[in-house]
Amino acid sequence: MTTQIDQLATPGSGRGLLDVYRDRFLLKLLVRKEIKVRYRGSVLGLLWSYVKPLVQFLIYFVALGIFLNLQRGTPNYAIYLFAGIVLVNFFTESLSNATRSIVDNRDLIRKIYLPRELFPVATVWVSAAHFLPQLVVLVGACLIVGWTPSLLQLAAFFIVFLMVAVLATGLGLLFGAMNVYFRDSENIVDMIVMVVTWASPVLYVWSMVQQVMGPWYWIYQLNPMTVAVEVFHWVFWEPTLKADQSVTGTMPPDLLTLWLPVSVAITLAVLFFGQLTFRRLAVHFAQEL
Amino acid sequence: MSSEMTLLGQVAISCIGIRKQFVLRHTRSLKEAVVWLVKGRKGDLSKKFLALKDVSLDVKQGETVALLGLNGSGKSTLLKLISGVLQPDGGTVHTRGRVAGLIEVGAGFHHDLSGRDNVYLNGAILGMTEQQIDDKFDSIVEFSEIGEFIDTEVKFYSSGMYLRLAFSIAVHTDPEVFLIDEILAVGDEPFQRKCIAKIKELSDKGKTLFVVSHDLDLVATVCERGVLLEHGEIVMDGEVHDVVKELRRRTATV
Repeated sequence: MTTQIDQLATPGSGRGLLDVYRDRFLLKLLVRKEIKVRYRGSVLGLLWSYVKPLVQFLIYFVALGIFLNLQRGTPNYAIYLFAGIVLVNFFTESLSNATRSIVDNRDLIRKIYLPRELFPVATVWVSAAHFLPQLVVLVGACLIVGWTPSLLQLAAFFIVFLMVAVLATGLGLLFGAMNVYFRDSENIVDMIVMVVTWASPVLYVWSMVQQVMGPWYWIYQLNPMTVAVEVFHWVFWEPTLKADQSVTGTMPPDLLTLWLPVSVAITLAVLFFGQLTFRRLAVHFAQEL
Repeated sequence: MSSEMTLLGQVAISCIGIRKQFVLRHTRSLKEAVVWLVKGRKGDLSKKFLALKDVSLDVKQGETVALLGLNGSGKSTLLKLISGVLQPDGGTVHTRGRVAGLIEVGAGFHHDLSGRDNVYLNGAILGMTEQQIDDKFDSIVEFSEIGEFIDTEVKFYSSGMYLRLAFSIAVHTDPEVFLIDEILAVGDEPFQRKCIAKIKELSDKGKTLFVVSHDLDLVATVCERGVLLEHGEIVMDGEVHDVVKELRRRTATV
């Protein structure tokens, strides 16, 4: 911690997310605390991070894959489904916990000055820690059916994962700050969470949307989560397809060359707007909580 | 140490004309706010309350100041403005060096973590680095008299143990300016004496102390200067015994 003894400073004036980087030791402890506390007193402990998504996956697979027979048109539908589910889960868990993080930590915020951005950022890290075991399951399943990704695909994985983390942070800052003033914010986020799973091609294939939307399909592609899920399919699902299985047009056109950069730009804009709103509202957190 | 000595006499806390207004909001939902807007902003959605009006105060490095006043006079608000938790609506607050609050000790404690984990978490919350906590860990445990229970979850601690550990962490954070709010009544009497001795030791080292307490005899032994607040205004600023006397006189006539 840098302290300038020879200089007068205004207390409580932070530099936003930059302060979080400076206080990364505290961030680490907050993340560790959350992980320890999350499954306290439960027999299965961290195993719940495997069990819950697997049950969710089974429900979708049985209902959509078997009953609605989506697996006939989509080879390796199980992989297709699970790749989307883990990414969307990471996003929704980050966003809903980040939204509640400021109100949940009100005891601390009311009494001690800390960079308040720490709390939403910490929840995104905690979600990432719960995303990891699911990723292991996904990679394991992919390897069983013969997954051979290219270097470009591995790079795309990291970019998309980072992008989703940043998107969740940006929206988490925005709704977390708003939640202090209007608790409706939590319900708005609950709704977003519900919509996200269905507004991206997690359960179905993108071409089904294109058939319906026609020339307006680009609107669907503006959603960064849609692009993130499509890239995840390209990374995890497409390399597992055998030559005779490959369907023409597994990916929307211009996914990497146009839509991924557009999504990154939208995500950065969301982060900027989220941080801006957060800073403006954070001034009165202590008295509004 | 020498750097602290040369800083004696410099301003550590400077408040110029600060004003703090609280909005007592009645509504917490978007619906009510929208209805209020639609109805043409009739009536007042919120009530306002002026907690501090035009408070100016300079505290020099190494001074020990007691902030006195009855409940609701604005003492805690002033402390929160200095620590940066609240922002003033008017005027400016400046501080020099690191400011740490012994405000409501244990605010950063988590009941399901062990004493050890809480020392690290709370130390970091109060602005210590990992290295500083490592170095002072044994000293913190020793001062708190927690002993072997340091690896027990704090929810099993008695309230005395809890407060002792929290106080011990706070006094080991080693900032330039200490803000102390109503925490001198910690633990049993021997521990309380130990706390007061520690606080006096800090002030001997040239630390700036800013104390809020209702225990008038106690603050008179710890502090040299007294500031009396009444309804958000400074009504007296002087030697602590005089100020305590004045406060007693005022309360006696009420």
